[in-house]
Amino acid sequence: MQAGIDDEEDDTRADASGQIHLPATLVGPGPIPQQAEIAIVGGGVVGLSIAYQLAKHGVHDLVVIERGYLAEGASGRNGGGVRQQWATEINIRLMQESVELCRRFAVDLGVNVWFRQGGYLFLARSDKEVKRLEKNIALQNRCGVETRMLDPKEALKIVPELDLAGIVGAAYNPTDGILFPWPFLWGYARQAAAMGAKIYTHTAVTGLVAAAGGGYTVQTTRGSVKARRVINACGAWSPELAKMIGVDIPTWPIKHEICSSEPLKPFLRPMVSELASGLYCSQSMRGEIVGGVTIPSHAGGPGAKIDMRSTLEFLATYARRLHKLMPILGDIKILRQWAGPYDQSPDGNPIVGAAPGHPDFFLACGFVGHGFMMAPIVGKLYGEWLAGGAKHEIFERYTLARFTDGSGARWAKEDFNIG
Amino acid sequence: MAGKIVLCRCEDMTLADLEHSVARGYRDIEEVKRYTGFGTGPCQGKECLACVATELARLTGTPPAEIPPFTSRPPLSPTPIRLLAKDPAAHIFEDET
Repeated sequence: MQAGIDDEEDDTRADASGQIHLPATLVGPGPIPQQAEIAIVGGGVVGLSIAYQLAKHGVHDLVVIERGYLAEGASGRNGGGVRQQWATEINIRLMQESVELCRRFAVDLGVNVWFRQGGYLFLARSDKEVKRLEKNIALQNRCGVETRMLDPKEALKIVPELDLAGIVGAAYNPTDGILFPWPFLWGYARQAAAMGAKIYTHTAVTGLVAAAGGGYTVQTTRGSVKARRVINACGAWSPELAKMIGVDIPTWPIKHEICSSEPLKPFLRPMVSELASGLYCSQSMRGEIVGGVTIPSHAGGPGAKIDMRSTLEFLATYARRLHKLMPILGDIKILRQWAGPYDQSPDGNPIVGAAPGHPDFFLACGFVGHGFMMAPIVGKLYGEWLAGGAKHEIFERYTLARFTDGSGARWAKEDFNIG
Repeated sequence: MAGKIVLCRCEDMTLADLEHSVARGYRDIEEVKRYTGFGTGPCQGKECLACVATELARLTGTPPAEIPPFTSRPPLSPTPIRLLAKDPAAHIFEDET
């Protein structure tokens, strides 16, 4: 069965003439509805996770508007890592819940996402890096994540292909994992659509206007929809949408590149990452080695433009670091490389909740390259809240207002945005 | 029958898989690539792209000229890590200086 196919049916859904009959996930040509309870802009994993959870919690009058195709942005361009090894308690706890949702995803949503808990192994090449890992591990252990410090020889038992030269220690959590990103989107989209959400791809938002009497008119290339509430889930493109109603989001895009190798027989259990270069790689269930590395010249800063061009600098740097770490991979061939934008927030934490002065305009952005792994839990919390349930503390804490009213100073910066 | 007609040999993608994709609403060539996985194997679409595009044109009633190829990704052909590792374009990190 192919990676992306979201159901088991083969010719069984064909009629006598051989025509396949399946309910469509995406709405075909034609105008969008004139009204909706909630309009979600952005058909990435964050927007679709929220759509699914809203529908599941009773809000069915939903439209999802995506400028391109599902997975065109960072949701289709990330490395598929899912980890609980973080430096702040709130991210550790959120990711514990996300991992649990990933474990149940195939059963709950009826799509195989090839989730595999092979662990995450972070390698340190200096005592300073060891101390950083030890500090994080103490916090992770307090939260119930069983990360432990390994000496190099113990790390070699987990990944015998490592060249230990220069490695002084490692952090290992066996319950971290990887998934194949694309089917997550098909699963969320299909189930959200089955519960009433209308998903429009190839539909660009051209204007956003606060409507008299509340709500917003979302103008698109397929007509306008008046929505009582709007959710901005545009990832690195979020500032563009918010600007239409005069809301400034202080995030900026950081180009991150990834590449994929030819498929190999399974040999690599954990995601392997080294702090010194930001190198990371894992073996997908398709057998490919998928990974990336930090390119300092890509860091940019506020005001940077989105750039998704591939570079030789990346490919050469990744190959150099991977070859150094696992020399046995020297003859493995790289098949393709691509790039996507991290949505970098000033403090490394996401931006959620309503925008200041706009109680019906909600944000779900600033996930700094980790929106995919955060999406299952963030979507769940958003769905519960906006359907009338409990409001989680992230919506009080990680507000857009924190950057201007001083409240952000109370929250620890997340500095473990690696891999 | 459609389940036995292979369009992408690297990823075992069949005509039935393409029909599923179109039925679900994933009709753009980039969407079809992701939904079915076609063109992501060793040939990177060099063998299968025209074949899939032709069938996609037929199934969706789109003139073939309106179906562009999906974005091609470097490297041009599969390249060993050993060779790429020697390229002078690589960034040198502090621990190597």
